[in-house]
This record gives sequence, structure tokens and C-alpha cells, in this order.
Amino acid sequence: MNKEEIGEEVSRFIDANFLFDERHVKINESLVGSGTIDSTGILEVITFLEKRFNVTFEDEELVGDNFDTVDRIRSFLFKKLSSNETR
Amino acid sequence: MCGIAGIVNKTSGHAPPSLDTLKLMIGAIRHRGPDEFGIYRDTTAGMAHARLSIIDVACGQQPMTNEDHSLWIVFNGEIFNYVELRDELKSKGYVFRTQSDTEVILSAFQEWGTDCLTKFNGQWAFAIWDTRRKKLILSRDRVGVRPLYILHHEGQIRFASEVKAFFADPSVRREINPQGLDQVFTYWAPIAPVTIFDGIEELPAGTFRVYTNDGKVETHKYWQPAFKPSQTYAHPSKSSLKENAEILLDKLRTATRLRMVRADVPVGSYLSGGLDSSLTACLALEAARGKFRTFSIRFEDDEFDEGKYQKLMVSHLDSSHEEIVVSGSDISDSFPAVIWHAERPILRTAPAPLFLLSKAVHDSGIKAVLTGEGADEMLAGYDIFREAKIREFWAHEPGSKTRPLLFDRIYPYLKRSPQLTKNLSLEFWKKGLGNVGSPGFSHEPRWTTTSALKKFFSREMTSSLGLQPAPDVLKELPPEFHQWESLAQAQYLEIRTLLTGYILSSQGDRMLMAHSVEGRFPFLDSEVMEFSSGIPAFHRLAFLDEKSVLKHAAQNIVPEAIRNRKKQPVRAPDAAAFLGRSLPPYLDDLFSTESIQRSGLFDAERVSKFISKCLANRGTGMKDFPLSNTDNMAFVGLLSSMLLWRQFVSETPAQPGREMIFTTFVDRVTTQPA
Repeated sequence: MNKEEIGEEVSRFIDANFLFDERHVKINESLVGSGTIDSTGILEVITFLEKRFNVTFEDEELVGDNFDTVDRIRSFLFKKLSSNETR
Repeated sequence: MCGIAGIVNKTSGHAPPSLDTLKLMIGAIRHRGPDEFGIYRDTTAGMAHARLSIIDVACGQQPMTNEDHSLWIVFNGEIFNYVELRDELKSKGYVFRTQSDTEVILSAFQEWGTDCLTKFNGQWAFAIWDTRRKKLILSRDRVGVRPLYILHHEGQIRFASEVKAFFADPSVRREINPQGLDQVFTYWAPIAPVTIFDGIEELPAGTFRVYTNDGKVETHKYWQPAFKPSQTYAHPSKSSLKENAEILLDKLRTATRLRMVRADVPVGSYLSGGLDSSLTACLALEAARGKFRTFSIRFEDDEFDEGKYQKLMVSHLDSSHEEIVVSGSDISDSFPAVIWHAERPILRTAPAPLFLLSKAVHDSGIKAVLTGEGADEMLAGYDIFREAKIREFWAHEPGSKTRPLLFDRIYPYLKRSPQLTKNLSLEFWKKGLGNVGSPGFSHEPRWTTTSALKKFFSREMTSSLGLQPAPDVLKELPPEFHQWESLAQAQYLEIRTLLTGYILSSQGDRMLMAHSVEGRFPFLDSEVMEFSSGIPAFHRLAFLDEKSVLKHAAQNIVPEAIRNRKKQPVRAPDAAAFLGRSLPPYLDDLFSTESIQRSGLFDAERVSKFISKCLANRGTGMKDFPLSNTDNMAFVGLLSSMLLWRQFVSETPAQPGREMIFTTFVDRVTTQPA
């Protein structure tokens, strides 16, 4: 799965579960900063990502830099998935 | 405490106000005063009153008139310093026929005009009809403890304690006001004069309005929260924390005593387990006659229960105590009635337990209770003040890694939270740091979080609101606002939005009066408020120590375990209360696509997706993976909005069935030739 495809899935999940398809989440919008998702709601996103992509995030990976926008999520996830494959 | 209603014709040539309509109006709010009913009518004006007899039980009937019958009043509330004012007026030659505070208002108005309002120390909503000048005067107390609504209808001005009094007349239009809904989904409550109903106004707290027979309408503000300019404290001040604590305690003691003894029926007290109600109860005990009665809410769910601290207080006070234990299904069962009384959407379920508690108070034969309401606003008890202080401190050095660590101190849950939640909470607060110094800085995070719920608004709702408006409350700030310290600015916003529109209304008057119980609030005594707002900011919020001066005042009065407790907000299970083992029967119908579409308020598809998400979480360990804060607010907000729509807009509000006995009935229309 390439980075764009990952991004699309994450966007779809956020659209459906947090925006209820009122609009499409923007790729660079700060999810928590804009109020789209509250800081506890982000756990739902993590749970989704772990299940859907069959990954586990370490504590040190769970930082705002990796999860604050769809763009950051897809880049981080793509990197993580690629390194898992090469392992 | 009482309910009031009235009709005044705006122009001559109109038929006299209808007695039947007046009866319907007062009948709709009879829960506010089930003891006695009264009506006054002349060719231009009519007034009705439902009475809960507390002061001068035998003679205080209303509507009441003055000596020469030129003024008529209907009054809901209490003027606690009426004895002192009556003495002052007696020395000016006024003669009193009753022992009531109502008669004192009339004489005070005759003597001082509307300047009398600044002399009143109390909680009121009243209407005075000047029969000679054909003038109507409406007024509300400083912070809006008592409600008053206004409607212009078919050439008439109508007023009432609750909106349902207007709707008892089927010719009155019943529609949701998009601006009101927008405000609820921003500030948690509509901000007067805006209400949730189109065409209906709420008289703002601290104002009075005069309608004259030439069609002129004037609204005047006689009071607003006022703090001292920040530079007042820049110089070393004589006032020490200890001194301020002593004066505050002295004023609180007087305020509490007044609220205990100015009643001809016993007054009880609520006990939440926190500092404010505990101190109030301790001071009340000093003035109690007979066995002192206290009342508490307990929760089945340990997360919300404060029983341990309540028990401690009960043994400290040796009071005759009653408690109710509230479960999730108690909340969902009572919720339609809660919204019927609140008359506005709410985003939290906390009013429901208070609704159930006032029933217990009523059933025990108590008509008036003291609570600690107002302390958190006047003396800076809420987390929002501490949060704003940290954000401001952080904003001076946004790159700092250590400054934001202070959030752990005020939100201990952050320490326990996964690193990500914590990091993102910080991102969220960091976002607005650039706005430091702007008037809404303290409240922006809350308003942003709440506004996220507007994603559920229907297209019609959104388009009727136009482009995102600037927060309304920021448009009408007092000119001195910008000279106040930031804590005072935050307190002002909290008083203007949440205290008046939610705490005193949805959690206060409405839930108490639903079962004919009057609330009395020593922290909202006019002298206590004036003194509190003059205390240096650092004594209200010392570093991050909330209500510092009050904690000092409570020393040796309130048990240490309570005095040193961290402040707990009034909370109850939210969405979980409705998504338990069995769903409440009204849920399906209210959230059906048909209902949502008919209401026009929300987008049916989005609501349906959201409800499916909530239901999917249900039963599968909600406890382990609860709905987020936003989802909880959304659930309660959507549900309460739909209940409001169904009970007030879609269905004709229920008519009261029982006969009312009018002990005062003055009809100048049928007894005087036209």
C-alpha cells in the first residue's frame, strides 16, 4: 500500500467517524487543534490504525508530531509499515 | 418563590387582556407556585401570579397594589434586605399593611424610582404596572437568579417566568431560533436577550426595561460584574490575604444568615461534598432554628459519587440528612421532564440529578434551600481559570518544554493518559497561544471544542446562520474590560455565559422550581459579590490554588479534608446514562430520520451515523473505551435539542388540568363601566 492509499483510508475513517461526512478532512488540518477530534477521541484513531494495518505503536511513537494531521499519520505509518516489511 | 405572567396592550383600542389567556399562562407555570393564585386586570394590562408562600404566608398575596392603587406588582423572588429597607421607608412616612417584601418593592419604587434596584439585595424578576402613566417596568436581579421572558404578540407585550406560559396560548408561534441553538453549541447556553425560541426574548440579568404608552421601549443596565483595573494591584496593597479572608467570611456569614432567617418556613441546605456548599451549610447551621436539614446526591457509579465527603459533613453538622442515589436509568427516565423544565438544550446531564434532588426536598416538606452556587465564578474556582493562567504563562515562552508541564497539576488525568493524548492536548492548547491578550483568550478552547458539534447542523440551519459570526459575547464587553487583569476578564465571561445561562438556570432555578423549591445563594449576595470582585486576583487564584481566599476563610469552620480537596465539577454520567442495558423508549423516535428531518435542526444522515457509532460502542465495554468528551456532549446536545423540539414545537405543549383557586382577583374591566 502506498502513502497516498494509506492517507485515503485514514481520511475516510475520520470523515465517517468524526465528521459524519459533513465534509472531507483536509490533509494538513490539525485534527486536535481545529477541534475535529478531541484529545481522547484520537485514541479511536489509534485503535483503528492498529487494527486495520496490523501494527502496534510504541509509547514513544505516540506523539503529536506523528498524529496531528492526516499527512503526518500517513507518512509515519508508511515508514513504519515499510520498515516492518524489510525486517 | 413564584411564577409571574402578564399582558399589556401596546396601543389603545385593543380589547382588554383576556382573563382566560392570563389563566392559561399562569396555569402553565403553576409548578413555580402551587400555594395560591392571583389575577389583576384593567382595560390595558393584566397580571397573574402563582405563589409559593415563604414570607408573610398569610398576607403576601399578589398581584399587590400600593396605598393609592396606582401601582400593581407581580414579583418572583426575595429581597433579603427588605426589613432594613422597610425601616428606612417608614422613616420617610410610608405605611405598610403587610410583612412582605413585595410591598417594600412597591414603596421603594415610589420613593426612588428605578434607582431602588441598586438598593435591593436579592434575587428577583418583577413587573410593575403604573396604571396612571400606563407604564410597564420589568426587572431582573444582578446575575439572573430569577428568569423573565418577553414576547410581542398581536399588539401586546407579554411577559412570564417561563416560556411555556406563552405557548399555553395556541395562537403563539413556536419555532426554534437558529441563533439560540448556535449559542448553545458554542457557550453551552443562549445569551440573553437571545433565547432558543424565535421571537421570544429573555430580559438580561442586571437590567430593567420600561415600556411607555407612546410606544417607547428602553432597556437600562443597572449592574454588571465589575472588577478593578489591573494596575490597582501593581502597587503594594495594605490588604493581606488574612484580612480579606476575614472580611469575606464576615460578609458570607451575614448573607447566609439573611437567607436563613428571612423566611417564615424552614430553610435547608444542599451538600455536594465540596468546599462551597460545606461552608454555606456550616454558616447556615449557626442561624438555623430547630433541626437543620441537609440534602445530597449520590451516584451508583463510583466515578461520580462524593458520598464519603458528604458523610463527613453530615456528622460535622449533625444535620437531619437525606440523600438520593442516582443511577443511569434515573437520568434517562427523567430527561424529558428535565428538558421540559430547562426549556433549552443542554450538553451535560448534570441538571437531571438536581431535578431528582429537588423532588426529594419537596417531598420532605422543605420549600427553600441554600447552595454554594456562585463561589466558583466570583472567587475563581473553575479549572478554566487555571487553564487560562497556564496558557498565558506558556504564551510568554511558547518554545518552552517545562511551562506546559503545569497542565499536569490541574488535570491529573493527563499524567495517567497515554503520551499521545497528553501531547495532543498540549497541541490543542498551544494552538491559541498567539491570541494571548485578546478578550476571549480564556474561553477559546472551550468554545472551539463545543463548536465542533455544529457539524451536525442541517444545511438550512447553517445557511440561516450565515458566515461564522464572531462570538456574540465579545461584542458587548464593558469599556473597562480591557483594563482588568486577565483573570477578571475570564471571570466576567464565565459569569455572563455559563453562570446566568446554565448554572443558575438549567442547573438552578428550573430544576428547583420544577418541584416548587426555592434556591438561595449566599455567594451571590450583592455585598459578597462586590467584595469578592475587589479582592486582588492573586488572592482569588494564588498561582494555581483556586479560591485561595475562600479556603483561608473556611479555616476552622469546614473540616480540613474538605477544605483541602481539589475542586470537583458537578458531573453525572452523560451518554452512558442512555446507552445502558436497555435504551430509553423515546430514543428511537427522536433520532429517526423522519423526526430529525421534520425538526430541520440537524442533518439526518450525520446524526444517524453518529448514533450508530454510539450504539456500536454500547455493551462492548463502554467503560474500557468510553466515548470521547466531544461525543458525549454531542449525544446529550442532540438528544436534548430533539426533546425540546418535540415537547415545545412539534407537539402542542400540555395544558394544565387542575382547577386553580384565585385568592386575589381584581378585575377593573367588569367592575368599572367602560
